[in-house]
Amino acid sequence: MADMTGTALAPQLYLQAQARWRAIEVAFWLATLLPFVLLPNYLVLASQIAITALFALSLDLILGYAGIVSLGHAAFFGLGAYTAGIISKFGWGEPLSGLLVASILAGTVGYASSFIIARFRHLALIMITLGLGLLLHEAANSAHWLTGGADGLQGVKIWRLLGRFNFDLWGYTAYAYSLIVLFLVFLVARRLIHSPFGLALRGIRENSVRMPAIGAPSRSHIRTVYTIAAVIAGVAGALLAQTTETVSLEVLSFGRSADVVVILILGGAGRLYGGLIGAIIYMVARDQFSGINPQFWYFWIGSLLVAVVIFLPNGILGGLAALAARWRSRS
Amino acid sequence: MIAPVVGVLFDGFAYGMLLFLLSVGLSVTLGMMNFVNLAHCAFAMLGGYVTVTLMEAAGWPFFATLPIAFLAAALASVVLERVLYRRLYRASELDQVLLTIGIAFISVAIAAYIYGTIQQPVRLPSYLRGSFTVMGVSIAVYRLFLVGVSLVITLLLIAALEYTRFGAQVRAAVDNQRMARGLGINVDGTFAVTFALGSGLAGLGGALAIEIIGLDPSFALTYLIYVLIVVSMGGLGSIGGSFVAATLLGISDMAGKYYVPEIGSFLIYLVMVSLLMWRPAGLFGRR
Repeated sequence: MADMTGTALAPQLYLQAQARWRAIEVAFWLATLLPFVLLPNYLVLASQIAITALFALSLDLILGYAGIVSLGHAAFFGLGAYTAGIISKFGWGEPLSGLLVASILAGTVGYASSFIIARFRHLALIMITLGLGLLLHEAANSAHWLTGGADGLQGVKIWRLLGRFNFDLWGYTAYAYSLIVLFLVFLVARRLIHSPFGLALRGIRENSVRMPAIGAPSRSHIRTVYTIAAVIAGVAGALLAQTTETVSLEVLSFGRSADVVVILILGGAGRLYGGLIGAIIYMVARDQFSGINPQFWYFWIGSLLVAVVIFLPNGILGGLAALAARWRSRS
Repeated sequence: MIAPVVGVLFDGFAYGMLLFLLSVGLSVTLGMMNFVNLAHCAFAMLGGYVTVTLMEAAGWPFFATLPIAFLAAALASVVLERVLYRRLYRASELDQVLLTIGIAFISVAIAAYIYGTIQQPVRLPSYLRGSFTVMGVSIAVYRLFLVGVSLVITLLLIAALEYTRFGAQVRAAVDNQRMARGLGINVDGTFAVTFALGSGLAGLGGALAIEIIGLDPSFALTYLIYVLIVVSMGGLGSIGGSFVAATLLGISDMAGKYYVPEIGSFLIYLVMVSLLMWRPAGLFGRR
């Protein structure tokens, strides 16, 4: 934060410096290709991780950058998943257009609800996001004729990707598809965060009352970013529906909303890679632990949460950044 | 024609009283310290398991276990408050939410580890079982007992809050924490006692709830949502508000499940969201 004051006179330069690609970022994205070679048996898990990372990235935009705590973000994930699932059930299984339709629908609902979201803060906001998420969950549960209710959506059939790549059992196509979408959306999110709009979002997080006073309309910014986050969450949900060819009521559940908050906090909220790192650690740990006993998993995730809040308030990436800063100042 | 409606109203009211017992402690502590304690229902669950264990393993009578359920929950909450919660009084809501939901997760895992995931039975004394009929309305004895207990506790709470020195300190701390500190009130100490009392009441509620809504490890998370609805609808720190909100929720949930079962819990979530949009600080909230 100290260098911010020095560059305050040249905001463009500051943003450009932030936006420069670092070697470690390039290394990270190259490393995401490793599962194809090293762990071909885990490609299904890898595609799930990529989807979860995308979902966490969407939450990062509103929670990490704009400071809007949502306990109902799974609403948009579920909307995307059900949209993609239902249109394929009714005979249109083309994946890319399914993704587009799902994102448009999630974005529309996100835009409509953003007018409510932007009006509230604090506990009322948490409860309203929670309530809207639960409402949608119950609605999907009741609309048995459309969603299959608690039995899940039956008969989802996805065509070949680009008319060529079949969604195979080993997950080659699933992972490649999810990873490419994740990377493209990440580029958009990265550009967004390093724009003046992204800077305004951080301003809203720090002080939402002062922002309008310096000429930045908080509410319209919140509406915009909430809609964008809804679109991305919808894309993530649609990806899950398409790669697994199933949609269950769980995609809308409170558990999924809570999980993604945990993932983001674990990785580090307000950092572009926070959701990504959190998703990798969370999903791999769950894959390992829930094999033993699902109840132990609750125990470990609970302990992890307590430990992160007490010892690592800025998540794993925040802790690493603090370590790096200390190491740099010493040398 | 009237009798079934009255029956549903009564059942809903009894259910609402249960929700009130479970949530009143959270309402007061939230109003006082603005501390979002999502582990509140874990204390309720602890109370429930204490009652079950004492009855099954030690053969205690139902009534003797209730004070122990209260004390166990209060004690556990004090330990957690001293060790973990107090570090986060000035932290963001998000941190508080995460820490306490983490504790709730741990409690779920521990309960499942010790007791398994099955529903726990409770053997009520014979005079609390069965039901009787007044003017065509069937009234379960246990629900009547529940309403009685809750009303007595409500009156005691209101009297304690209105007419004792400690109650005045609590009210001052809820209204304006900084001002109360400035006047020399030991807000931290008051808070610790209030917190223990509120958690103890939740533990008692958990023990009384077994007969009505059952007890399994997911209790800490399932009923958390109901409790949060009561608290946010009633307004933070308001006992009267919690009472009204719990009654409203109990009756609308029960009526919804009787008359329009196909929409399930849709109704109560709709009531909550519309109420919060109309009054973000709750029915009786001042902030």
